[in-house]
Amino acid sequence: MKKLFLITVILFGTLSVTAQNKNARALLEVDGICGMCKERIEKAAIKTKGVKSAVWDMQTHELSLIYDDSKTDLKTIKTNIAAVGHDTKDIKATLEAYESVDPCCRYRDEAVRKAHGN
Amino acid sequence: MTEIYRSGLPSKGWSFRAMRSSFSSVLFLITMTLFPAFLQAQQLEGTIYETTDEEEVPLPGANVYWLDTAVGDVTDLDGKFSIPYEKKYTQLVISYIGYQTDTISVSSNAPIRHELRSKSDLDEVFIKSRNKASATSYLEAQNVINVSSAELLKAACCNLSESFDTNPSIDVNFADAVSGARQIRMLGLTSPYILITTENIPAIRGASQTYGLSFIPGTWVESIQITKGAGSVVNGYESIAGQINAELQKPTTDAKVFVNAYGAMNGRYELNTHFNTRVSDRWSTGLYVHGNLREEKFDKNDDGFLDAPLQNQLNLMNRWQYTDAENGFVSFLNFRYLTDEKQTGELTFDPETDKFTTNAWGSEIDTRRYEFTGKLGYVNPELPYQTMGVQFSYSNHDQEAYFGLNRYDIQHSSIYATALVNSIISDTRHKFKTGLSFTYDAYDELVNTDDYGRKENSVGAFFEYAYDNLGDLNLTAGIRVDQHNLLGLFVTPRFHLRYTPWEKSAFRVSAGRGKRSANIFAENQQLFASSRSINIIDTGGPIYGMDPEIAWNYGFSYLQGFNLFNRKADVVFDFYRTDFQNQIVVDWENPRQVSFYNLEGESYANNFQTEFNYNVLERLDLRLAYKYYDVKTEYQFEKLMKPLTAQHRMFANVSYETAMKDNGAAWKFDTTYNWLGEQRFPSTRGNAPVFRLPDYSPTVGTINAQITRVFSHAFEIYLGGENITNVKQSNPILASDFPFSSAFDSTLVYGPIFGSMYYAGLRFKLN
Repeated sequence: MKKLFLITVILFGTLSVTAQNKNARALLEVDGICGMCKERIEKAAIKTKGVKSAVWDMQTHELSLIYDDSKTDLKTIKTNIAAVGHDTKDIKATLEAYESVDPCCRYRDEAVRKAHGN
Repeated sequence: MTEIYRSGLPSKGWSFRAMRSSFSSVLFLITMTLFPAFLQAQQLEGTIYETTDEEEVPLPGANVYWLDTAVGDVTDLDGKFSIPYEKKYTQLVISYIGYQTDTISVSSNAPIRHELRSKSDLDEVFIKSRNKASATSYLEAQNVINVSSAELLKAACCNLSESFDTNPSIDVNFADAVSGARQIRMLGLTSPYILITTENIPAIRGASQTYGLSFIPGTWVESIQITKGAGSVVNGYESIAGQINAELQKPTTDAKVFVNAYGAMNGRYELNTHFNTRVSDRWSTGLYVHGNLREEKFDKNDDGFLDAPLQNQLNLMNRWQYTDAENGFVSFLNFRYLTDEKQTGELTFDPETDKFTTNAWGSEIDTRRYEFTGKLGYVNPELPYQTMGVQFSYSNHDQEAYFGLNRYDIQHSSIYATALVNSIISDTRHKFKTGLSFTYDAYDELVNTDDYGRKENSVGAFFEYAYDNLGDLNLTAGIRVDQHNLLGLFVTPRFHLRYTPWEKSAFRVSAGRGKRSANIFAENQQLFASSRSINIIDTGGPIYGMDPEIAWNYGFSYLQGFNLFNRKADVVFDFYRTDFQNQIVVDWENPRQVSFYNLEGESYANNFQTEFNYNVLERLDLRLAYKYYDVKTEYQFEKLMKPLTAQHRMFANVSYETAMKDNGAAWKFDTTYNWLGEQRFPSTRGNAPVFRLPDYSPTVGTINAQITRVFSHAFEIYLGGENITNVKQSNPILASDFPFSSAFDSTLVYGPIFGSMYYAGLRFKLN
């Protein structure tokens, strides 16, 4: 039973790697705080070649993506978002990138978050 | 503004949520098939509900899933869900379109009951910054001024033609001294050069040109978008000076019951009622009834003529709204019926005995109109940037009228249909709209004994590309090609660009072409209320013997926001020029006649406007504007400034609101000052000396003011005054004592006829 389970997982895993989706969708949690962050996050995402649509929700902090997964992957998108200073679950922005954002967008700072009512 | 499906969608993000639900349920299905082991695993069960009217109601169709997984379920009709449970799952996400998404911590598989709160409940709490009632966008490529319902309430009366009183971009003038019709102008050009749409369907054109604005009751209008300059190609080729779109109230967002009663000291009474109800999950309907009445005769300027016509109007609209958010469909069906009767002229005029006689001068204008519009919009739930729409409209406008001895009847049947697709090229920075449109207009027109019937039809295709770099630049470039039976085959290009080089600024440029057939009589109906003879000089062209009108419009605009003493302010500089290649010149320079002919030489309208908006104090707003017009046309013998157009205009508006209490109670104060410089009268040199007017009119300054007392969210009353300083044009009707003489003319109007007028009204709303 365990073996079968493993085989299925591998099979399924391989399938999903090779299957290409021109309109792949994903929902990422991206840290940010305000309208300026929204603009920065969406811009970084959409400038990634292969990303077709990127909409970040200020309240839920969710970035809704549609992208061509033969041209890009989530890691690349996340890296580009981190490069402009915004954290995702697994890829964090460097301190240098984080400090490049406007002072009012410093989402890691509790005082700033409070100022935005979060 | 041109996306036809925009009306009534619950929120911007909804389609994505719908998408996620189908996406996750598909994945969930796959997971379930591939991992039968899961079926034996533990399940977490629960119920999702909402509270309406203090009662808990199960919420079917909500998405429930484990955070960062594809494991989820959709609640059934009883709001129940059941999803696989494992120790590693701790965060449960519950989401539903139009509701706040909640994430809750779960530590065991004990059943869950959870309440979702609708977004609208939350919005009331979260919106802290106040939206301006009317504002120019910093972001759009086109120069669009949004007029919200709050702005529309500032001047309570009465219909669309009066909705622009507090807006400096649109001038509201009286068309003539008898019919009471208001004429709007933009960039120095009259309303036929403005494309006026309701929900992006051309609404006021052809036969309804002169009185059509007064057939759209003010309370039906939810908001207005004014685009200065060329505008989009999507809604047609006719617009030259700009576009005005009125969004109507929608059954799903308007109050369940709304009542507005209005009474004015000029004898005018109005009643507006709206009833909106939800018929099923997806269908809502609204019934909108408007009636107005004026039965009293007023002649405050003692010229023997009514200052305002006797009139009654019954105006009905039934709207059906269909919303299927999950599958991305939105549809509207509208049915409208209107009957409007006006009687004006001398006080002694009795239509029974005096019609078409010289006993007394009088006029009646009777209009019946019915209309159907339908639209269907589709948003691809998988790819929310892909949308499609079709719209169809049929109207029949039947006007029978006489003005003294002149008879004017017009019947206009019109069909308008369009289909359009929105999508992207590579990504959402590059969008496009493309589609096809079809129009058909049949006119039956009788001027005295001359029959001017004609039929027009056109088919066209359009493509509009929009680029947005999500920062300092965006642009739209559109082109359309139309084949028209009378205008021929022609191309309409239009271009808009917005650039923001520094913070809070917006530079805009625009250029575009427009082409149209002029309905010379319908657009200049005031001419019938004079003794002028009608003289059509050209004979070779397809429309009344004349050629189509063609014009280019170029615009430049600069908007700069800044802080003044720590409060928000902005300043706008606009310059627009309209250059006619051909125009139907309406020549009033000979007092015996009005002549129509094709332009030979130059005709242009230059318009410079500067506007200053300042939030002086919390809830105290100031708006100042100055406008300069240079509108000149080459007439038969000389180039002249357009008659009855003030070269200089000034505008000031101050509005103040007290802090709103929890129940919505507040006081609102609004006052507007309008100043018009001198206006050129058309030449009256051909008249006997007593019936000659000076070359220029005096200047005119008027003040309107309104106080609104809001008692609660449900009830408010208002009291206002128009033209408080009682400014009047001394004798608006030339030769009013001799209405059947050759000098009689009621069209030479530069200022108010009625003098000051006070009104009061109430609004009641039940949500």
